[in-house]
Amino acid sequence: MAVQLDARPPVAPAPRHSRPVPGARLSRFDTKYSPYLYIAPFFLLFGVFGAYPLAYTFWVSLHDWDLLGAEHPFIGLDNYSQLLADPDFWHSVVNTLGIFVISTIPQLLAALWLANLLNRQLRARTTWRMAVLVPNVTSTAAVAIVFAVLFGRDFGMINWLLDHVGVSAIDWKANRFAAWTAISTMVDWRWTGYNALIFLAAMQAIPRDLYESASIDGAGRSRQFWSITVPLLKPTIIFAVIISTIGGLQLFTEPRMFNSGTNAIRGGPLRESQTVTMYMFENAFAPHYNFGYGSAIAWLLFALIAVVAAINVLLLRRLGGGAHKEVSR
Amino acid sequence: MLTFTRRRLAAVALVAATALLGTTGCGGGDDEAAADGPVTLTVDVFGQFGYADLYQEYMASHPGVKIVERGTGSNLDEYSPKLTQWLAAGKGAGDVVAIEEGLLVEYKANPQNFVNLLDHGAADLKGNFLDWKWNQGLTADGKQLIGLGTDVGGMAMCYRKDLFAKAGLPTDREAVSKLWPTWTDYVKVGEQFTAKKTGAAFLDAATNTFNTILLQTAGNTSGYSYYDTDNNLVVGSNPAVRQAYDTTMDIIDSGLSGKYGSWSEEWVSAFKQSKFATIACPAWMTGVIEGNAGPGAKGKWDIAQIPGDGGNWGGSFLAVPKQSKHQAEAIELAKFLTSAKGQIGAFKLKGPLPSSPQALADPAIVDSKNAYFSEAPVGKIFAEGAKNLKPVYMGPKNQAVRTEVENAVRTVELGKRSPQQGWTDAVSNAEKAAAK
Repeated sequence: MAVQLDARPPVAPAPRHSRPVPGARLSRFDTKYSPYLYIAPFFLLFGVFGAYPLAYTFWVSLHDWDLLGAEHPFIGLDNYSQLLADPDFWHSVVNTLGIFVISTIPQLLAALWLANLLNRQLRARTTWRMAVLVPNVTSTAAVAIVFAVLFGRDFGMINWLLDHVGVSAIDWKANRFAAWTAISTMVDWRWTGYNALIFLAAMQAIPRDLYESASIDGAGRSRQFWSITVPLLKPTIIFAVIISTIGGLQLFTEPRMFNSGTNAIRGGPLRESQTVTMYMFENAFAPHYNFGYGSAIAWLLFALIAVVAAINVLLLRRLGGGAHKEVSR
Repeated sequence: MLTFTRRRLAAVALVAATALLGTTGCGGGDDEAAADGPVTLTVDVFGQFGYADLYQEYMASHPGVKIVERGTGSNLDEYSPKLTQWLAAGKGAGDVVAIEEGLLVEYKANPQNFVNLLDHGAADLKGNFLDWKWNQGLTADGKQLIGLGTDVGGMAMCYRKDLFAKAGLPTDREAVSKLWPTWTDYVKVGEQFTAKKTGAAFLDAATNTFNTILLQTAGNTSGYSYYDTDNNLVVGSNPAVRQAYDTTMDIIDSGLSGKYGSWSEEWVSAFKQSKFATIACPAWMTGVIEGNAGPGAKGKWDIAQIPGDGGNWGGSFLAVPKQSKHQAEAIELAKFLTSAKGQIGAFKLKGPLPSSPQALADPAIVDSKNAYFSEAPVGKIFAEGAKNLKPVYMGPKNQAVRTEVENAVRTVELGKRSPQQGWTDAVSNAEKAAAK
């Protein structure tokens, strides 16, 4: 790589002077240091908006930090030990994981299926491809408010429809599993198209001749899909899973807007749909204003995401690991 | 070759310079406020304070001042975290901020965030407020006045005349008041109402009613609710809390509640769709009802006496954060808005009941009627009781504790807990919240 960058045409050695050419030192500086300058903006921004808040949050989590208080005594790891024994925290972890599982799995499967459809010869192909992205462009808050109304107990359209087929009204907000399902619907509605487009892009990079030789060997459409498309998409699937993990475990707007009224941040009277980020907000801000405790939750969430992402990668490595090696570039 | 390198370096320098400009550029705008130019005062409120006309009047008499109000109609739950963040960050709060009495205790614990109004001639205004309202605004040592009182929450019961007629109950407000001298009678009327199957519930949500009964009972007995006056948590031992809880359980048990989570979207829809017949009604609630039920329900609502005896729920204060860049002007405005005249103006527009004895005695209040509520004599209904209101002391974590107890009530209302389990939850969760 580095050699290619130096695209200067070979020139005859210049007549030597006793003094070095003034530009030469500058040029050496340039080749040596300017790459660092080019990548510096990312690291600067990451430092200011990523690393510093991370470190500061950790610092805050070691203190008894009342948001308005003038003094913040140092208490070491007390917030963490208290948190690990806090049933409401673990309750929110279960909620988050539950919503994550019942939203992400159908979402990625649906996205894969959609991408496969969009990859075929269709009329007005671009229009279809654009259309699946439309939900992603809408504002999350607006989506959440609309869905919260759809899933209303007394005046919601979903219950109205269910009523027509003889199912009695579901209290979507006060039933744990129903609340998870409703929130997952929102997430899927928004993100399925986005993942479909990512899968589609990866599918188009798969060489056509693989499919041709497969059909010569007599493989049908679905055999081709499972034996060629899916294994070759694996790096992309891993990417999509990790991105969904990060997004899913940080879920906030959808469950927060799904619950309305007094203390919506609880996610229902028995915390039916309170995610970890909501629990963090409840503690760091209203009604507890315990910034230290909230920061500790933020750090444990960070650890949780890292663990879940690692499990995802391991699981996906296992699944069809052989195919991956054959095509590894 | 040399020119190529130079151009590259120039490009790097340009990018760097732009980035620098970009980051420093943000700092510029804020400190521009010219010393003698027009001053813009921001007022942060929640719900309906009814100040629109007063701002116009104030700006007309103070040509150098422009007033911007933020947060009208917002929920207190959305407003208070924002205000706390602004105070913690030292930036972002308005020049005048509204503080609800239940949250005032937490702000009073950190008085350094606010201007001491006693240093700015507020001491002379003491006579303009009900004694207890004035005292609530003072810090524990009495040396700093954080806020000037706006309104108090004298209580009544708002009801739908049309639904009462449908259920064969009297609709005249005097007659309705006679139906329920006590909460037990209220439950009986509710049972009669429910038996008629009008398609509407008798009341909106058990949580609101619980809070009403609690504040009334506490005001009439101990003078405190969740915390005693030494700031000990007494959720489990204060008879007032238990009594309010038991009465609420009777209401739930008789199936009177529509179970609409208070302040939720469904609650608002239920107003519009006439899904409940009564709602406990502190004075400021009249504005909320009008906003939620909309012009279509004008004349269908009326106001009767609250069951039991009196009580106060809510009421607010205006404070000036230390971070304000226009403290002198802001204090001036806060004094104007909380003056007897200001309180009368707010009452006329949106109904918050004055905390100034002069305003409460003013014919403008005493003789006032509310057109939306079938010309109910709101002045009489609310103002008469207001002078005898018995305040309820609120402890340091009042809001967090109240949330836990009301949530326990809500779980029973939704059938997720038995009344006994609900009580155990209320006490233990309240203790946990208070310790946080």
